[in-house]
Amino acid sequence: MEQLYTRDTQAIFWNNNKTAIQRMLDYDYTIKREKPSVAAIVAPTSGNKFEKFFYGADEVMIPLYKTTADAKAAQPQADVLLNFASFRTAYDVTMEALEIGGFSSMMITAEGIPERLARAMNAKARELGVTVIGPATVGAITPGAFKVANIGGTITNIINSKLHRAGSCGLVTRSGGLFNELSNIIAINADGIAEGVAIGGDRFVGSVFIDNLLRMEKNPAVKYMILLGEVGGTEEYKVIEAVKSGKITKPIIAWCIGTIAKYYDSGVQFGHAGASANGEMETAEYKNNAMREAGIHVPDTFNDLPAKIKEVFESLNLPAIPEPEINIVPTVRRSKQFICTISDDRGEECTYAGFPISSVATPDTGKGIGDVISLLWFKKQYPKWATDFIETVMKTVADHGPAVSGAHNAKVTARAGKSVVESLVTGLLTIGPRFGGAIDGAAEHFKYADDNGLSPKEFLAYMKKQGIPIPGIGHRIKSLKNPDLRVTGLMNFAAEHFPATPLLDYARTVEALTTSKKENLILNVDGTIGILMVDMWRALGYTEEEINEFIASGTLNAFFIVGRSIGFIGHILDEKRLAMPMYRHPMDDILYDVQKAEKL
Amino acid sequence: MAQKAIREYDAKSILAKHWDKYFPDFTYAYETVMVQNGSELLEAAKDKKWLNEKALVAKPDMLFGKRGKNGLVLFKDAKPGDVSLQKAASWIDEKSSSEQSVYFSFDGDTPTGEPKVDMLTHFVVEPFTPHDQSEEYYISATCVGDDDMLYMSAEGGMEVEEGWDEKVTEVAFKITDTEEEIAEKIKANIPADVKPEDKENFAKFAIGFFKAYRELNFAYLEINPFVMQGNKIELLDMVAKLDDTAGFMMVDEWGDVEYPTAFGMEAKSPEVEAIEEADAKTGASLKLTLLKPEARIWTMVAGGGASVVYADTIADMAGIEDLANYGEYSGGPTTGETKFYAETLLDLMTREKDPQGRGKVMIIGGAIANFTDVAKTFTGIIQAFENYADKMKEVGVKIYVRRGGPNYEKGLKDIKEAADRLGLYIEVYGPETHVTDIVRMALEK
Repeated sequence: MEQLYTRDTQAIFWNNNKTAIQRMLDYDYTIKREKPSVAAIVAPTSGNKFEKFFYGADEVMIPLYKTTADAKAAQPQADVLLNFASFRTAYDVTMEALEIGGFSSMMITAEGIPERLARAMNAKARELGVTVIGPATVGAITPGAFKVANIGGTITNIINSKLHRAGSCGLVTRSGGLFNELSNIIAINADGIAEGVAIGGDRFVGSVFIDNLLRMEKNPAVKYMILLGEVGGTEEYKVIEAVKSGKITKPIIAWCIGTIAKYYDSGVQFGHAGASANGEMETAEYKNNAMREAGIHVPDTFNDLPAKIKEVFESLNLPAIPEPEINIVPTVRRSKQFICTISDDRGEECTYAGFPISSVATPDTGKGIGDVISLLWFKKQYPKWATDFIETVMKTVADHGPAVSGAHNAKVTARAGKSVVESLVTGLLTIGPRFGGAIDGAAEHFKYADDNGLSPKEFLAYMKKQGIPIPGIGHRIKSLKNPDLRVTGLMNFAAEHFPATPLLDYARTVEALTTSKKENLILNVDGTIGILMVDMWRALGYTEEEINEFIASGTLNAFFIVGRSIGFIGHILDEKRLAMPMYRHPMDDILYDVQKAEKL
Repeated sequence: MAQKAIREYDAKSILAKHWDKYFPDFTYAYETVMVQNGSELLEAAKDKKWLNEKALVAKPDMLFGKRGKNGLVLFKDAKPGDVSLQKAASWIDEKSSSEQSVYFSFDGDTPTGEPKVDMLTHFVVEPFTPHDQSEEYYISATCVGDDDMLYMSAEGGMEVEEGWDEKVTEVAFKITDTEEEIAEKIKANIPADVKPEDKENFAKFAIGFFKAYRELNFAYLEINPFVMQGNKIELLDMVAKLDDTAGFMMVDEWGDVEYPTAFGMEAKSPEVEAIEEADAKTGASLKLTLLKPEARIWTMVAGGGASVVYADTIADMAGIEDLANYGEYSGGPTTGETKFYAETLLDLMTREKDPQGRGKVMIIGGAIANFTDVAKTFTGIIQAFENYADKMKEVGVKIYVRRGGPNYEKGLKDIKEAADRLGLYIEVYGPETHVTDIVRMALEK
């Protein structure tokens, strides 16, 4: 890896830190990245599926996951982990992510992770070749490509400090605040930075100065490096070694802060936890002198650093960097109250999941109502066998005569002089667990039995224990000998067109058992529809979890609602046509059994 | 700071608490008490019979070593091993009644350098353990660079410190070493001079010791010496530091452990203690060290790195005689926290006028913040100005501000307006000015 991040780099952000993530997306928008730099957010305690963020004036949704494993499985291309867990959990989060694998770098922001855990985590990452930035850091940036969380501060400061496009300096600091400051100094006195890392203030950090400088040495975009060290530790000597041995040949400008520490005894802690000198070699002054002697450009004081940068930069005679066009993040923006992901009426013509209505409406398009449903309900283009099946289902459930409760309700309401819509909803309101609900129930329970590998006998025993009759099994009059031809039709269609029907096959074995007990305990039309829908989704490549969600959210009911509305409207129009009077139920059809209320 | 020294008594108590886990093959009587005066010792003797029955040793337990050379170990009255409870109690009362001088370095038995003078407040009392010099051993562990180091020697006590290079065996361990690898390495490196009959036990003890060091999150652990008599162990002297960042995981393991101020360190002023208390309660960072409260330059700088750069620059340009404090606030403190921090500094700096009649300087500095809202923190500083404006004028405070970051334009404008309204001298600069240039400006006035 010669460059920490590219314009395609995407991260998994552990912890829903909205401000930091918004800063990343503002940066993405400014530099016109094609994809957002955050692909997923891990939010263990959130019940939401996504979080909205601004992208310019618009909004985008970033998916939320409960675990790093789920996030990584869903977004395998995201190879950067931004670990914003607290010092209590940051270690576990890092170790788990290392275990999962597929990450090239991890940034850990927590300060004060127990030293032993920090060391173990850093060693494990090093062994696996994963670059760790931090702990106790604000992060890193490859200008014009990818920015970690809050580094660089506000978007205004980023542009002022030329962090929106690559310059030619490689910058490594310990401190996050001074990283920003140096970016600004470098923008004023040179041409900005090509890559920058704040390695973190704790005693044990993952990647140290030398790791980052060696990478920058190989990165052709980096022409010279700036190192801002601190009193304490001996990491600067590794850099001196690399310069002396010729491993680093690009010019380095360096300064160690904390020259004041020599005046006080060790009781005064200047700066970060890592900044405490044990012995003369670890003092800022000693390190500054050693670096100067090794040929590194070291100013006389921190105040002289800007002049030193200017001097070295000008001596390199680099070509001027063209200023790219940027987007300006709007200062006032308003969060949207509603989200729509299925249709869009903002353009020339309204679209269904990206398809103009005209492209699916007329017969010459070859598209039917099944295609429209697949677009608007599932945001996918289902193959013909699936859309045909959907249409078959809806045609099959369109009506079942005037006596069923929904149709009866619709008829009574229509006769009370109400409108089509009023009459229709009274009919629809009966749809639920007892009316039409067997489709849902059959899908749910048969799938459960199949998923858990229950034999038909075990399934029956399980349902008995639950105290529910098996949904989708049983018919008033039909039996194996006198089959329901609607069911036969559906099964024949499936046999001919479905790639496979594993759940139906299972259901047939259950049916064989139930019908052996009683003739009419056949798989009925509701059961067949529910079960075949599951088979359809399985064949279309949905995961079991996604299918469970379809069932839980009532999608199967929805097919019944749409289909049966056709029948209800037929009954309502029938009533209107016949101009039937107000309906009153005959009293002799009611059992009256009214007792006088007792006094309590 | 992550590594904190603890008392010898606490170090022994932690090991004793987990003794059977790490040293199942050995016994340790854990006969030790910590007291602050003689009557506490007599009180303790009501419960602990051994205090009445055994000859005793008493010594201060205040984080400093070389107690023997400083004459601060009581092990004899007329002859070694005859110290009674009464004698120990009266000795403790005597030593704690007035300030004692303690030397930290010796050339042979002659003290070198300046002693530190302070009151002795904590003592440990233990049984006198008659033993042969040859039964004394040394062991310690700490982290050097990326590795853990185990130091072992067949000689304990003073000898090991004076002949470190010849007498101590060093073994380095990677953090990733497994328990088996660690045990193998230790077994292979038992000092040659350990008595043949003790070698196996020494290895067992060292393996347990190193495991305890690792698992109990010690940053430094030393027993010098320990006495090994078959399976019986005595811990004669211990030094330990804990990695206090592991405190949240070690609540039960460590028990009620205390991090005392080192002997001879000036007690923290109430102001510094108040800031530490506030720091402990917030997710932000508030730090304050008083260097020379009568000096004329005070700093209120945001950020761990920037605060050091300001201190460096003041030391370079004005010298440390003029620098009153070191400190920093960062990590997005609230307006209220910033106000409290600013008021603490303003209160300290306005107590006395400069003896040479010069004015005072307040440096309100900082780098370009990543996420701290500058206007919000400056609101806290402005509120502090409002309460201290009169006092600030009395001692002639000139304020120099330099800051950048989120909302900095508003912050700078607000603080300028407030100072002007209150009649305070102020100069205000943003990111276009070099971060520490206000120090130069302030000194040129």
